[in-house]
Amino acid sequence: MTDTALRDKARYSFGGDEYLFVEIDESMSLEGYFLVGTLAAAVEAEQIPGITDICPTNASLLLRYDPDVTSPQALQEKVQELEVGVRTTSSQTSQARVFEIPVWYEDPFTSEVGQRFRDNHQTPDKTDLEFAAEVNNLAGAQEFIERHHGTPWMVTAVGFVAALPFMYQMTPRSRQLEVPKYLSPRTDTPALTVGHGGCFSVIYSVQGAGGYQMFGIAAAPVFAPNSPLADFQDSMVLFRSGDIVKFTPVGEDEYRDIQKQCEDGTFRYKRTDVEFDLAGWTADPETYNAAIMEALDGTAD
Amino acid sequence: MALLIDEPGLQSTVQDLGRPGYYNVGIPVGGAMDTLSHEIANLLVGNDPALATIESTYTAPKFTVTEPTTMAVTGATMEVTVNGETVAQWTSIDLAEGDSVTCGFATAGTRAYLAFSGGVDVPETLGSRSTYSLGKIGGHQGRALAAGDTVPIGNRTAGSAGRTLGEDLRPEFSRAITARVVLGLYDHLLTADSIAMLTSTEWKLTPVADRTGLRFNGDQKFEFAPRTQPFGAGSNPSNIVDAGYAMGSIQIPGGSQPIVLHRDAVSAGGYAMVATVISSDMNAVAQLAPGSTAVFESVTIDEALATRADRAQRRSKIHEALS
Repeated sequence: MTDTALRDKARYSFGGDEYLFVEIDESMSLEGYFLVGTLAAAVEAEQIPGITDICPTNASLLLRYDPDVTSPQALQEKVQELEVGVRTTSSQTSQARVFEIPVWYEDPFTSEVGQRFRDNHQTPDKTDLEFAAEVNNLAGAQEFIERHHGTPWMVTAVGFVAALPFMYQMTPRSRQLEVPKYLSPRTDTPALTVGHGGCFSVIYSVQGAGGYQMFGIAAAPVFAPNSPLADFQDSMVLFRSGDIVKFTPVGEDEYRDIQKQCEDGTFRYKRTDVEFDLAGWTADPETYNAAIMEALDGTAD
Repeated sequence: MALLIDEPGLQSTVQDLGRPGYYNVGIPVGGAMDTLSHEIANLLVGNDPALATIESTYTAPKFTVTEPTTMAVTGATMEVTVNGETVAQWTSIDLAEGDSVTCGFATAGTRAYLAFSGGVDVPETLGSRSTYSLGKIGGHQGRALAAGDTVPIGNRTAGSAGRTLGEDLRPEFSRAITARVVLGLYDHLLTADSIAMLTSTEWKLTPVADRTGLRFNGDQKFEFAPRTQPFGAGSNPSNIVDAGYAMGSIQIPGGSQPIVLHRDAVSAGGYAMVATVISSDMNAVAQLAPGSTAVFESVTIDEALATRADRAQRRSKIHEALS
């Protein structure tokens, strides 16, 4: 796919004396994301002394390090070496966890907050969904919602606030949903809001400020410290980079039922594991996505 | 041993040296905003610098101690009293059971650090006692202190009262600072004029200044060079494909007010970062009060490292003085 060709060399830049920034590409693509992930894994495997944080994020990698242990220049040289290596050997397969995420689209919680912040929005007389449909040349909110949950998404970064997943839609660039952010950010966003900005969808893990368009609300948590829920026994953070997400629309009754299961501590995400192969996906995204969904559907609840 | 909080002060949180290693899941570095004042407070009471203190903004809590302990208050200048009698800052003092401590309003600097022998003994979350309020983890029940709280303190190690740090070794809190920055990350998106403006203007701190970041005001508008926006970045020329944010990095979301991200900042986002405050000047930035000014002086990475070495030397002098 020529529209997602990457540039040959990453751009390196220092963030003060403790951060090294590696931009694989200016544009977002799954090819770029995979290279970021492989480079992050190579940096981790190298166990370079002094590195405290390795943050792969969409199309770039941010490293925090102690310059008293490894000098900035030595670190950059080392990572550049690793970059050359991963470009020749870069694996484009990954073991991916697939999650079904129940979402109540057009829910009253995000609608109420959306109404409160109409002055911050491009189209005060329309809802976020109506606006998103319009800028993507779709007939209306329903068509946008169908396109939103019609294909799976890949978690290409976790961050902003604790545990928040950035998700990239697993569809060719020409079919991607792109929406601008609010003109100025809201000071409030309900926890578990499903939002969208640029080409990324997110699930706001906690309540707080935010500038993404709001489409609905997820029924179960993605960040849960000290939770009895089975999905949070290994980590208080649900998602990690490389996970695949399938949104499933639910109505009010099902939403409330899941909420109750979460309160009772009995809720479990429907999930499975697949091997994801970027070349296979690129060759035929539709068939590839269908196979992933089949694997998820074959999983008992 | 515990503190009984009568009045919580403003945004008083338990902090240590932070929670590295979780930035890739969006959990910030956290920890004391002014790490040096935090460290000195610990040294004064005989603690390892990694133990937790209470960080307060503008004014510190009023509290009563349940058992004898040793305390030191560093950071922002404020009147500290024990049972109504003024005591010295930057000095460790013994407290007896039932002693009541109050703190006045900051007259220089903004953040005070209260250390107790044995450290603030809240449980560790992900390897740190730092409070991350947004995520409701760490510290005292994942939040700022409130009236009526009982805050656990570790066991006292005897014989540390009466230590004091000489004035020449104390940090100075000025209302006009120079914060050195390394240009980079996405500075190439700005016009040359705007970079010159960033590094020459005297920026005034707005009241929007907290643990996540500090927003400065100038009179002029930044200009981003025109370009075709890359796919996924968003339509504004200041937008980038969401990337990891360096602590100390400067972004200009509205086009006119630079924001310096601090220890509880969001870990990633889609606004171009154009420079990063060097680690040695982050404590001074943390202690700025609204209305104070900062000049972001551009330095090279090697100058940043030289400054870091000077600062390390000064820290070892402080350690020697308090050992």
